[in-house]
Amino acid sequence: MKRLLKVYMEKPELAAGMLLILLAIVFQFRSNGFFLSPDNLRGVLGLIPETGMVAIGVTLLMISGEFDLSVGSVFALMPMVAGKLMEGEMAFLPAVLIGLAVAAGIGLLNGLITLRFGIPSFITTLGMLFIARSLTVVISGGFPPLLPDELPTWLFTQFIGPGGLVRVSFLWFVLVAVMASALLSLTNFGNWVKSTGGFLEAAASLGIPVRSVKVSCFVISSLLAGFAGLIQVLRLGSPLPSIGEGLELQAVAAAVIGGTALTGGVGTVLGAIIGALLIRVIDNGLVLSQVDGNWFKFAIGSLTILAVIGNSWLRRTARKIRVEVKA
Amino acid sequence: MTPIIECRGLHKWYSGVHALKDISLSVPSGQVVGLVGDNGAGKSTLIKLLSGVHQQDSGDILIEGKVAKLNSPKDAMRLGIETIYQTSSMVPTMTIARNLFLGREPIRFGIGGIGFLDQARMREESVQAIADVDLHLRSPDALVGELSGGQRQGVAIARAMHFKSKVLVLDEPTNHLSVKETNKVIGFVRGLKAQGVTGIFISHNIQHVFQCCDRIVGMARGEIVFDKPVDATNIDEVIEVL
Repeated sequence: MKRLLKVYMEKPELAAGMLLILLAIVFQFRSNGFFLSPDNLRGVLGLIPETGMVAIGVTLLMISGEFDLSVGSVFALMPMVAGKLMEGEMAFLPAVLIGLAVAAGIGLLNGLITLRFGIPSFITTLGMLFIARSLTVVISGGFPPLLPDELPTWLFTQFIGPGGLVRVSFLWFVLVAVMASALLSLTNFGNWVKSTGGFLEAAASLGIPVRSVKVSCFVISSLLAGFAGLIQVLRLGSPLPSIGEGLELQAVAAAVIGGTALTGGVGTVLGAIIGALLIRVIDNGLVLSQVDGNWFKFAIGSLTILAVIGNSWLRRTARKIRVEVKA
Repeated sequence: MTPIIECRGLHKWYSGVHALKDISLSVPSGQVVGLVGDNGAGKSTLIKLLSGVHQQDSGDILIEGKVAKLNSPKDAMRLGIETIYQTSSMVPTMTIARNLFLGREPIRFGIGGIGFLDQARMREESVQAIADVDLHLRSPDALVGELSGGQRQGVAIARAMHFKSKVLVLDEPTNHLSVKETNKVIGFVRGLKAQGVTGIFISHNIQHVFQCCDRIVGMARGEIVFDKPVDATNIDEVIEVL
């Protein structure tokens, strides 16, 4: 029993998971039962794939020991590229593929610059944040391109499921989450990612291709950000050059709230999802509780700090349990 | 008999510093060599060449009589040379089983070298590997970060044994360890011989070396200045030469 308790207390996503349940209960009461109603859940779940996917990519990269602050800008750049191409009569699929290639290219560049010159990825991707955002605005020419009418938008935004509870984008999100989770915990690549971020020297001395591992994570993070941006644009109907501003910090917050260590090596996809969900739930719950919406960032800020404190406290306590069992 | 490792005229410069000067050393299979010397004597440099971390500027390394090109740690590992560093070559945030197979994971199916781990096999074999070096740990799923320093070195040695390494290089494995833990690690090194593994044990603690090695090689200023079997010398003589 104690052993089971210990195992669960060491799960990095536990603190955030408990907070999520607690908040759901509080908001359910505060909103007189509206919070968990299908109508409200539809709103929350319809938005979660967008921030959720970005958070998953950022988490994966953070586990490998690097940072990506450019995801918010890539989030806007990818659909802008695809939108411009479609405005120029290109078909949906090739335009999206080129957009994704641009996103992947930015991730590759982030990784190569960081490793080649040995500078912190914080700096590289901070620079890329400005570069990619600027490119987005320049490409747009000041006006968002007009998307063609007959796009397969339904493939992403259609409401489906019992009572139309979720959008199709939610299925994409689940697919990405399952794949990322499997990659991280079931494959040798996942082992390499965790060891690269956990103890770089040991991983390198065992022959792990640490540089390729990091570059791959940069590319995955950027790709997911671009894909998530596409989904938001299809939901909104227009590739605005300003979307995703501040998203990079929300994604880092989601990762950290979900138990990802800033120093690398520790973190889970489930944690990233719980973190992203918490942010959405707070956003939504505050409105439902008729609290001034400007408190949103205050809440996210406190939550980030509290979650990290809670996590380290849980882990320390779990360590102590081991001593008792052994005695 | 062909020596398992032979160095012929190794030279290594580090930006103007002549770190290794014409090192020639031959180690027969199954011998445990204690490599001693002060800081900066060239021990670590020699080990870095043997483990593929750095490359010599001139001279040859022969493994089982064949000239070996050790361009990366992976090359050395493939030829059966496994190195254990003082800081422990373990990732503290990962489980014992995952650390044991890090970089050499058994894959059930996959493409291009990436695939799904055979986790049942990893667990089973790591329990066996750890028991083989007389280390008793509760579970292969425990995090390495929860182990003591000596236990970590034990797991690292278990890993080398499991992958049938022919040569185990231990770079200051007893640094930062308590007396009890140190004795444990020395016990592990003694156990190598029973399994026919060749060992190179680096330490600046001469007592430790005398407790578990067959032969003492002393280095100073990038050269080998001392080379005698353990029973033909004593601690005082070694200290004097160094």
